Amino acid sequence: MTDLTPPVPTAPALGAGRTSIIRMIVRDPLALTGLIVLLLMVLVAVFADLLAPWDPLKPELALVNAPPGTPDHPLGGDGAGRDILSRLIFGSRLTLLSAALAVGVSVVIGVPSGLIAGYTGRKFDAVASWVSDVVLSVPNKVVLLAVIAAFGPSVLITMTAFGVLLAPNLYRLVRSQTIAVKNELYIAAARVSGLSDTRIIARHVLYVVRAPVIIQSANLAGIAIIVQSGLEFLGLGDPGQATWGSMIGNAFAVLYLAPTAMIWPGVAIGVTVAALVLVGNGLRDAVQGTSGRAPRRRHRRAAAVAVPASETASAAPVAVSDGPGELVLEVRSLRVGYPHGETTSVVVDDVSLAIRRGEVLGLVGESGSGKTQTAFAILGLLPRGGEVLAGSILVNGTDVVRLAERERRRLLGRAISYIPQEPMSNLDPAFRIGQQLVEPMMTRGLRRAAATKRAFELLAEVGIVDPKRTFDAYPHQISGGMAQRVLIANAISGDPELLIADEPTTALDVTVQAEVLALLRRLQQQRRMAVLLVTHNLGVVADLCDSVAVMQNGRIVEVAPVTELFGNPRHDYTRKLLGSTLDDTDARPAYREPDAAPQEARA
Amino acid sequence: MIAFALRRLLFGLSLILFATTATFFLVYRDASLVTRNILGEGATQADLDARAAAMGLDRPILVQFLDWLGGAVTGDFGQSYFSTESVASILVSRVPVTLSIVAVGVLVSALVSAVLGILAAVRGGVIDRIVQVLSVIGMALPNFWVALMLVVVFAVTWRLLPATGYVSPAQSVSGWLASITLPVIALAVASIAAATQQVRGAMIDVLDTDYIRTLRASGVRERSILFRHALKNAASPALTVLSLQFIGLFGGAIVIEKVFALPGLGTTAVNATLQGDVPVLLGVVAVTVVIVVAVNLLIDLANGWVNPKVTLR
Repeated sequence: MTDLTPPVPTAPALGAGRTSIIRMIVRDPLALTGLIVLLLMVLVAVFADLLAPWDPLKPELALVNAPPGTPDHPLGGDGAGRDILSRLIFGSRLTLLSAALAVGVSVVIGVPSGLIAGYTGRKFDAVASWVSDVVLSVPNKVVLLAVIAAFGPSVLITMTAFGVLLAPNLYRLVRSQTIAVKNELYIAAARVSGLSDTRIIARHVLYVVRAPVIIQSANLAGIAIIVQSGLEFLGLGDPGQATWGSMIGNAFAVLYLAPTAMIWPGVAIGVTVAALVLVGNGLRDAVQGTSGRAPRRRHRRAAAVAVPASETASAAPVAVSDGPGELVLEVRSLRVGYPHGETTSVVVDDVSLAIRRGEVLGLVGESGSGKTQTAFAILGLLPRGGEVLAGSILVNGTDVVRLAERERRRLLGRAISYIPQEPMSNLDPAFRIGQQLVEPMMTRGLRRAAATKRAFELLAEVGIVDPKRTFDAYPHQISGGMAQRVLIANAISGDPELLIADEPTTALDVTVQAEVLALLRRLQQQRRMAVLLVTHNLGVVADLCDSVAVMQNGRIVEVAPVTELFGNPRHDYTRKLLGSTLDDTDARPAYREPDAAPQEARA
Repeated sequence: MIAFALRRLLFGLSLILFATTATFFLVYRDASLVTRNILGEGATQADLDARAAAMGLDRPILVQFLDWLGGAVTGDFGQSYFSTESVASILVSRVPVTLSIVAVGVLVSALVSAVLGILAAVRGGVIDRIVQVLSVIGMALPNFWVALMLVVVFAVTWRLLPATGYVSPAQSVSGWLASITLPVIALAVASIAAATQQVRGAMIDVLDTDYIRTLRASGVRERSILFRHALKNAASPALTVLSLQFIGLFGGAIVIEKVFALPGLGTTAVNATLQGDVPVLLGVVAVTVVIVVAVNLLIDLANGWVNPKVTLR
């Protein structure tokens, strides 16, 4: 383990601390093993006098470099003729004490200072953060050498100093966690209800930082053991004590005579540190939930054909109009779910819909009704763990669910394109806007010059006033409305036949919403695209859509041409949905401002 | 960007000043202790005083410090207590050795951890679990012990590589490579283990973002998504780790140099500590901090490039 680089824990989920820490560890077999090993180590250290068969410091001439298996001395003797097993047992004492001391000191310094800096901010934060940056920027072993030069080889002083050097790791962790918690609503509520800052810190903040601090402390303890052993190995420790580090140092001196002597202390250090790391990792995974594991790549195709579409008799309404024009998209009895071991949570069930060229189908429903999941399933870009469990998705007559991943991907940006909901998080922050427009076009075979020229045209087409400036900007330098225009430009750059727009105006300011809707309407009519418009906003539906499918709890409950749905809703849920919008209801007179338009009437 | 670079430079300079000042006052010793140490038990008080006067140790501590600082700025770090060599000339001969193993170690660590971390994040499953296990083992083994094992296996048993010594690349490039191979491996193992975890975590986070989905929806090839977009976005946290790794490897080098008997800064610092050779130790601290600051500055600038938002802070 390198000196100053404990794995920086990613901020764990905040409220995830209601189960006891011990229970979290016990549930993970690896972490439990680690915990048991640590407990055994502590017992060995405490009862070293009883366990060790010989005096660890007493040399015996016959035992000099004795090989393992020597009678009464199972691990043999070292270069000075001392029993290796006994030294190993006694060595655990100083090693564990050093780790405990260093971690203790860094907790005592790092946690309170991190709490104060994170909670109050201001001057203390500025000064403490500077000091912490300074300490983290200096190789700590070099500092320890200076400390040893100044105070002599005392383990106590060296490890106290090392604890100080480790403290910034905890300081930074606690500070960032505290800042995160401080902005939580329940802390604000606690403050409003009159709890003192000290009580808030003690009761709420400490509770949240507890698990991360323990995780980090386990890592720091491992680092402390390795650094302490390293110093002992260099001969900078106390020569009167048996330690694992000095044992490796002694073995190093007789490397050619007794090469096995260095194995045991090394293994002892390795096992102890590994146990600490495992306990830390187990706790980290427990706190973060299953997200700590990387996903296994699934063979989506195989899973998708489990229930062929033809075998599921569908009673659900199918969104298909009788109008002219060929079908661009046809979804049949689509079922999407997230398997967790034995159970599967189904988020889209038996959904069928169809869109013809030049037609706009609105997919409405409240949040969690499965609209967006349906859209992602059509794109073939379901979030991790999601699968198409049954049904088929026909794009221009081809069932894309049965296509190989590679072929399916080829449709994206060409036949099918996508406009996301939240513009700012959908542009890559590390690349200029222009590059993000040019790259997909180059993937489609355009040369860079041609793609760049086209990007300027597209930016102008979506109504961006200064295309050159936007082309050269990074995403964080433009507004949300501009970003959405950029994403629309990107979506139409491949001349798609089917455009999937997932709540394209929800994240925008009201004034910008109207402009973006107008833009979408114009582009759709000029290009005769088939559009699947996912939204919860019935105003948007009325404005843009030809027909509407209403979703509830993963199913489509009603499909109708837009005029019919608004005029004569058949399903209860649709009526409720219509009734809950503000369009036709007047605000109460007393609260109505003279010229305030009802929020959604403009759309 | 320029303001950002200047801010980082200013922090670096304040760091150098702070670290050297703190070290000076930490290791400062009373003149009689120093001269007794040099001249031995038999020396008379008059001898000691004369020696102290000759070395300038009889001046007030603040004067001594300012004198040292003034010299250090111009590259004059004074004289070793125990040899006739100037500290500056000792440092000049030692820095390339340590820098060789640390710089190559960081490079190796960055490359290997990038490959392993991406593999674990993208492939998942068994590969991920293997990488995780290797990384726990890598973190748990002390680097000097790994070094010893490497010596036993590759140098003593198989005689493939030299166990000790350093060859300057000016003499022979292949000899240089052979002389630093084992130290670099020993140094990099733990660093790879830690950095792999970071790369893996950062990649998993980035691959889950909205903009990666939108890039996929735009038809951008998976190769470009992984190695251009995801990697560049994951690079920012990884670079921060890299700068910490570099500092950590400098510390690690101190122990590793002893195993391989490399005449680097670490060996020098350890010997100076054991002897109480204050000027040499101060020189090592100063030059180490300067190198660390310079490298961190470079990494900060690289960070400003991969993550345009950083420069705004």
